[in-house]
Amino acid sequence: ESVLAKPQHPLLHSQRFSASPCAGDQSLFTSLYTSLAQQLPREPMEWRRTYGRAPKMIHLEANFVQFKEELLPKEGNKALLTFPFLHIYWTDCCDTEVYKSLVKEDMLRWQNSLRAHGSADWVIIVVETNDNKKKNKTNILPRSSIVDKIRSDFCNKQNDRCVVLSDPLKDSSRSQESWNSLLLKLRTLLLMSFTKNLGRFEDDMRTLREKRTQPGWSFCEYFMVQEELAFVFEMLQQFEDALVQYDELDALFTQYVLNFGAGGNFGWSGLLLRRPIDMEKRDGIQRGEASLLDLRSYLFSRQCTLLIFLQRPWEVTQRALELLHNCVQELRLLEVSVLEGALDCWVFLSCLEVLHRIEGCCDQAQLAANCSHTVGLWAYATDKLKSLGELCGLVSEKEPTSEDLNRTVDLLAGLGDERPETVNSLQSPYKKLKEALSSVEAFERHYLELSHAAMEMYRAIGRLRSARLVGKSLAEFYMRKADPERAETFLQEALKSYVSEGWSLPVTHTRKQIAACQKLLGRTEDYLQTSALLAGDVNLTTEERKHFCQEILTFAGKSGDQSQKVTLSMGVFTQLTRLQFRPATASVHSGAVLQVELTLRCLMPVSVHIQQLAASIHFDLERGGTNGRSKGTQRQTNPGTVEFHQSNSSAGPPSSSAAGPPLELDEIQDRSPSDNSLNSTGVVCKNTHLVMRRHDSHSPPDTPNCVSPPAVAMKEGAQMLKVQDVTLEPGNNSIIFTAPSGQPGTYTLRQLYATVGQVQFVLPHIYPSVQYEVYSQEPQLTVEPLSEPLLAGLPQMVKFTLLTGHYTVKKGDALQLSNTDTMPILPSSSCTARISNPLVGESVLSIQSSEKVTSISLPPTPPYHTLEFHLEVLCLIPSGDERPANERLTNGEMSIDCPWSIYSTLLALTFYIPFKTKHSLLSAGNRKYIQVCVQNVSDVNFTLAEVKLTEKQHATLELQSLNTKTQQLLCSKHSVFCLWEVRWKDDLPSCLQCVFSADFSPLNQDISAFKPFHYQFQFERVTTLYSVRADILPPAGEQHCRSGLLCGLEVCITRLTEPAEGELAEDSKTDTDGLKTTKLMYEVADSSSNWAVCGKSSGMVSMPMAASATHKVQIEVMPLFAGHLPFPKIKVLKYLPHTAAVAIQPDPDSCVENDSLSLLDKALDDQGDTASIRSRGSVHSVGSGDQQQKGVAMPRLEPFSPGQVFNHSYTQQVLVLPATDDHIMEVNAT
Amino acid sequence: MAVCIAVIAKENYPLYIRSVPTQNELKFHYTVHTSLDVVEEKISAVGKSLGDQRELYLGLLYPTEDYKVYGYVTNSKVKFVIVVDSSNTSLRDNEIRSMFRKLHNSFTDVMCNPFHNPGDPIQSKAFDGIVSGMMVQTG
Repeated sequence: ESVLAKPQHPLLHSQRFSASPCAGDQSLFTSLYTSLAQQLPREPMEWRRTYGRAPKMIHLEANFVQFKEELLPKEGNKALLTFPFLHIYWTDCCDTEVYKSLVKEDMLRWQNSLRAHGSADWVIIVVETNDNKKKNKTNILPRSSIVDKIRSDFCNKQNDRCVVLSDPLKDSSRSQESWNSLLLKLRTLLLMSFTKNLGRFEDDMRTLREKRTQPGWSFCEYFMVQEELAFVFEMLQQFEDALVQYDELDALFTQYVLNFGAGGNFGWSGLLLRRPIDMEKRDGIQRGEASLLDLRSYLFSRQCTLLIFLQRPWEVTQRALELLHNCVQELRLLEVSVLEGALDCWVFLSCLEVLHRIEGCCDQAQLAANCSHTVGLWAYATDKLKSLGELCGLVSEKEPTSEDLNRTVDLLAGLGDERPETVNSLQSPYKKLKEALSSVEAFERHYLELSHAAMEMYRAIGRLRSARLVGKSLAEFYMRKADPERAETFLQEALKSYVSEGWSLPVTHTRKQIAACQKLLGRTEDYLQTSALLAGDVNLTTEERKHFCQEILTFAGKSGDQSQKVTLSMGVFTQLTRLQFRPATASVHSGAVLQVELTLRCLMPVSVHIQQLAASIHFDLERGGTNGRSKGTQRQTNPGTVEFHQSNSSAGPPSSSAAGPPLELDEIQDRSPSDNSLNSTGVVCKNTHLVMRRHDSHSPPDTPNCVSPPAVAMKEGAQMLKVQDVTLEPGNNSIIFTAPSGQPGTYTLRQLYATVGQVQFVLPHIYPSVQYEVYSQEPQLTVEPLSEPLLAGLPQMVKFTLLTGHYTVKKGDALQLSNTDTMPILPSSSCTARISNPLVGESVLSIQSSEKVTSISLPPTPPYHTLEFHLEVLCLIPSGDERPANERLTNGEMSIDCPWSIYSTLLALTFYIPFKTKHSLLSAGNRKYIQVCVQNVSDVNFTLAEVKLTEKQHATLELQSLNTKTQQLLCSKHSVFCLWEVRWKDDLPSCLQCVFSADFSPLNQDISAFKPFHYQFQFERVTTLYSVRADILPPAGEQHCRSGLLCGLEVCITRLTEPAEGELAEDSKTDTDGLKTTKLMYEVADSSSNWAVCGKSSGMVSMPMAASATHKVQIEVMPLFAGHLPFPKIKVLKYLPHTAAVAIQPDPDSCVENDSLSLLDKALDDQGDTASIRSRGSVHSVGSGDQQQKGVAMPRLEPFSPGQVFNHSYTQQVLVLPATDDHIMEVNAT
Repeated sequence: MAVCIAVIAKENYPLYIRSVPTQNELKFHYTVHTSLDVVEEKISAVGKSLGDQRELYLGLLYPTEDYKVYGYVTNSKVKFVIVVDSSNTSLRDNEIRSMFRKLHNSFTDVMCNPFHNPGDPIQSKAFDGIVSGMMVQTG
């Protein structure tokens, strides 16, 4: 009466929950089984879990088996999968009798056996059908009574352990309802039991795990326990939980391995992921016979399966890589002795297996998008295959040796037979490995396939460095296969990346490989270039560097024909660090010696003998004039020393390409072409083309780091700096060239060559550019004062400077100076010339003077020397009127004939007269005095001696000196006044022609140094013609004048002399009565407002032209102030009637002005300025200028010459009393 | 403890690289250089997701059979790479982090030196000392 279904073992794929052993009426159960099994998992149940884990909704699915006592779990059972979670007793008994006699007994037995095994999870299901009822109508009992009986018999207060199912096979609502409640009950009880038992299981498992430190604990046993849990979760489709179990196992195992170690023999057939559960391995584990790799493989295959269920395939690849690395490490750690290559096989197979598994569950697009996850495995597999190939002698040109073959056979044997899953498929990791190891060709094919796949994937995801590393590995393979051509491509690519990122060690290593490559390929030039780089590479040992250096030298030493010459970039061989010009100006005249010192840092490890070191020169004809010195300022920008900043050697970071080159700035000045004045100035960047270049471009400037040597074009310059046979020692070397300096122009150093036998090292550009200038200079003669200013009248030194330029002064060459009268050259006996370049030499100069020419014989002087001598010259001071007003004398044009030129050089020197002189005539009545003022305008103090004044025409005239001193000091900027009284016997001539002469010499020089100074001047109309006398008469009855009261001003004009002839003709007319008269005009003017002139202030007077003729004029004036008032001014002027011939005579002012040697450039147009006249203290009474000269036809007034009118009352004062009204007191302070 | 410690400039050239002397230096150079691939990948991935507040520690860059390579990027894009022997299983992630922090601090000190020219290889003795302290003591 009990139903049993065979439990599947294990139940992984069934998705079934667990077994529910059933007892009771088997036929009844069979009829209900289908719908029960179908309907049970239909509704989900909430699964509440222990330890605070989140509740989950699960579908319960059950396996039903017939109850058998032996199926009940025994004590210590660890199997969860086959665990009977719920025991069900089915019965459709409705007959009390039957119940009592049979069913109850059976139930009791069932219950007892359950109790005996400690199982409390059971339920009794009573099925009621109407048929049964009808059939048993006779001894009918209430239906409930059977259920009640069962309940009272068995369900001790557990009424829910007995369920009624009504009419299960009928399609009625009642039946449906009873089904539902049954199912719910079953689910609840099942879940309850499951939770309880699972909890117990987990607790047991934990207890077991805690014992892991005890001796005798078996990991395999524990493994089986926890895996059981994983299985359960997996069945519940709780893959996450299942995975956790395996992960825990994994971690535990790792620890276990580390702490205890495991091992043993094992095969290396790789992971097997095709089966959900590798029962073979599981059995091994169960038996405790699994090897480490087995265990790991099994664990991983389980994890892989679960992860794929979880749709996390990329985690598989990642875990796979970790696993493989880990296993290799573990085996190493455990010191498991493994056949060489076995691990590689295992890894290789495993990688492919994982990849295969992933490919199986993803489409191509997914794979392509996720190659970042798979590429690691690809690369790892590639790596392993390569080492396998190397191990088995497959990576060579030749066939593998027998030893290699033996090894291969051993390895393949370890693989065992192919698994049945893949035996029939065309491709499998197993087949692949077997084939790859079968022959050299097959290996190559497989290896290349893998390598390229890995590289492409790396490239696709942008991991270029990784791709290049794989490429490098491939290159190594090609090298082993003696295929350097293909290898080089990969190596160059890798090198480029290392160089651009500045990784020196990889650069060196790769370069070494490239060198080997190039040597095999016979690419001599490239090989030598690489060798040169390596010879200078500090990462290599000295031995290696010497080897590579020797490679170059050996080649260089070969005697070959010209075509075999090899040109290499110099930067790798030696670096130009400094260039120094001597002289530092880098500018010499043509033919001069210019040395260039190069500092070369030789990078070679040994000293290298160089046959020739040369620098080519680009020659530019200098633009413009070749006069040399004019370009002096520009030349200074050529520094004497140029430092070359090295782009770093291969060892350094590529900072130059990363940070950009430093700015090279220069100042520019824009000058106006006409007068060289500055228009604008600024700063320019000279290397914009470098600075502004895009930095993201991957090609660095042609540094020595370059992968391939830069194409070097040798430009054969016409001119070269050359040095033969130099030996460059390692480190800094100094090499001195003598630069060609024949033709004037700019020489730019372009390239540098070093020739070592057949090898030529070339530096294609010398940067920053270096240039020097050679100039040619015309001879130049300059004459300049030794000291400024040159003083006229004294011997002055003049400096002659002759820059010989390209001209050689030969013996007998002379300068011919044309003599001028105004500036004689004073012959000197001891005249020496200095010749400098810049060393000083001296030689005597001979000067010969003839009447017209002074000839100076020059000493022989080589070109580009400076000849310097001094000559004493004297500039005569012109005594007369021809002297310019500003005391500046230019000595005309003296011409010098030079031997190097057909043209004469005109010499112009400016001398300054040291003195300013002025003269004036002073009168006192009839007596006359002459005053001469000498002002020293120079900076030198002088002594004046022998001061004399002579009159040239009138012998009778006596000039009596009133000067007391014979010698007088005349300091700089000071004046000396000299005075003479004019005495005459008969008549005073109307015109005096005077010469003032004095001797002068600079202070503190002896008598012989005195030089004469002359000054000519003349006076006209010297004689006093009229005297004017004024008198102020107080008002009648008063003793004194009183302000405000009219006074009388009496002016008395008296003729003092008989008329002279000139005067008669000039301005007189004969009166009707025969008397000769002349008309005078008087004017009373008071400029200081002291006086008010009442009535007529001016008038005409007709004077008889005879001595003592007198004319009196009465004028009324009124003093306006009290005090001592100066007399009002009285002017007397000549009145010329309109008929009179116009005699343009010197203006009285200009007479003074002419000789008043005022400041150099002062204009003479200030006649009208009376103040200026007064300030000079002249004595003439006529103060204001005459503006009427212009009106020729009109009658006009003309002033008298100074001294012609003498005013007796000039500056006379009169006392004026205040007005009588003494209430008002006027105080006037002026 | 580390077997190789490297400081790499923003422009990807090495500022400092030191490895355990007994081992093949060249191999470490290759390893560190290749790891830059992953560093760049991680930086760009992080940059997209998180803006400024990014984690400097990049975690495990990639494992190889023998070594684990960890990365760290300063805000100025200077990269630190620490290579650890795979057999050294006792090292926890936290310890690696603290090593990076120490390294970063010391690197900052180097940068603060007014005589140090940023971009030049690091030659500071103090930095060297810190690195030595983190390297495997061999022999």
